[in-house]
Amino acid sequence: MIESFLQYEFLQNAAITGILIGIVAPLLGVFIVVRRLSLIADALSHITLTGIAASLLIEKRVTTVNEWNPIYMGMAFSVFGAILIERLRKVYKHYEELAIPIILSGGIGVGVILISLADGFNTDLFSYLFGSVTAVSRDSMWTVLVITSIVILIVILFYKELFVLSFDEEHASVSGVNGRWIHLLFIVMVALVIASSMQVVGILLVSALMTLPVASAIRIAKSFKQTIGLSIAFGETSVLIGLISSYHLSVPPGGTIVVSAILILIMSILYKRVRAQQWIKGEA
Amino acid sequence: MENRTIVKLENVSFKYDREWVVQDVNLDIQSGQFLGLVGPNGSGKSTLIKLMLGLVKPDHGSIHLFGQTLKNYQDWQEIGFVSQKANSFNSGFPATVIEVVKTGLVSRIGAFKFFNKKHKEKALEALRVVEMEEYAYSNIGELSGGQQQRVFIARALVSDPSLLILDEPTVGVDAKHVTEFYDLLGKLNQEQGITLLMVTHDIGTITEHATHVICMNKTVHFHGASEEYKEFSEEDLNQLYGHSVQQLTHNHTHHEVNHND
Repeated sequence: MIESFLQYEFLQNAAITGILIGIVAPLLGVFIVVRRLSLIADALSHITLTGIAASLLIEKRVTTVNEWNPIYMGMAFSVFGAILIERLRKVYKHYEELAIPIILSGGIGVGVILISLADGFNTDLFSYLFGSVTAVSRDSMWTVLVITSIVILIVILFYKELFVLSFDEEHASVSGVNGRWIHLLFIVMVALVIASSMQVVGILLVSALMTLPVASAIRIAKSFKQTIGLSIAFGETSVLIGLISSYHLSVPPGGTIVVSAILILIMSILYKRVRAQQWIKGEA
Repeated sequence: MENRTIVKLENVSFKYDREWVVQDVNLDIQSGQFLGLVGPNGSGKSTLIKLMLGLVKPDHGSIHLFGQTLKNYQDWQEIGFVSQKANSFNSGFPATVIEVVKTGLVSRIGAFKFFNKKHKEKALEALRVVEMEEYAYSNIGELSGGQQQRVFIARALVSDPSLLILDEPTVGVDAKHVTEFYDLLGKLNQEQGITLLMVTHDIGTITEHATHVICMNKTVHFHGASEEYKEFSEEDLNQLYGHSVQQLTHNHTHHEVNHND
């Protein structure tokens, strides 16, 4: 494993990208989960697919463009989708969650048409849907590194604003926090992280890496900081176990990463249950 | 303490859709007072609070906080707010009591700066005032309704506000703790000189504790000392509420009130 890691550039790319998104996806995931926005990650990943499809089509039809990295178009669509969701949430004030199925199905609908036009139903598409250990280019890895650094920096700088906004929007407003801007900044970060994670985890499973580690962490953690720490630890563990088993079993990493995350989730639920029983026994 | 106007509303009106909820309100709140804001259901009490805090924008009129127009107002640490919604927050939220209290310092700290040890000390101090210090590292969701309410007051107090606004803070708090709660408010008002504005349904109890009462139904019908409000005739009240209200007999337990007029 280590030998092949040193030998093959594609393995280095996948591993480094995986480690980076293992930090940043659960980090944003904590805020997504506590704000009850879990499904937004799904909507944004599906519109990322539309971007990938658009990129494949352009590459195919416009001969002057070759070897265009689809990740950039994916990011652009994802950010556009994020802004659109915010708009739609204002249009349907009383049915804010409607924005999610609109964007999700719209993204897939347009995506399927574009993929067909590009004759794109092939292995390339498969790796975008479920992730791949071989498809991450050096170029993409650098892009993910830049995005990860920016996101971590922004979360550190705006930690207290993000926290107060997640806990109590009204209080945030009375504290002079500009909720609209912070929220927009946040959702754009989510869009970028989703597009970054797509190559390793796959579009269909990206949201799992943002939510499952957090679902495990909130069973155990007492404080918010602990929740963040545990989420990242669980996310990173899932990514590493997932990538290694994906390589050995020759299955897409999206599957193995998500299965690892689910095993951690089951363990955390059991752990909590055992703890609760011990506590009851201790009381008696 | 010198008296000054800290909140001033002039001809303030606000409508939801097409219905006027707050109409032509003129109000002058002086520092050092403990005001009870009462009125029937749907009389616009909570909306009036939201207007003062800039959470909703008035359709007419102007609002000044500490002598500045609401639009230019920046010193949010001067105002502590305990909302009606405070006890209906997501109780599964993974945060400790002290993390929640520290959010009360966000406006004081300002952008691009971090929480430090001094802020932790301030938060513990605020928890001491509401007698919740021992729960500092408990999960907020594990506390009882009354305890959570105290935590939210600590969050409002941590920035050393000179005005504390409470919107029906005793809803969901059991009767036994309501008395303790009023004692705490009395202490904040008299010992720390914090101006209090409290929305409540409980006319009987508030007139016992507050120095002043504002009674509104879309517009302000009465604003004056609690003693005067008690003289306010039953007939006037019935007219205001649109139905008969049981005047609560006031069992006068003597307490000192800080009359500044």
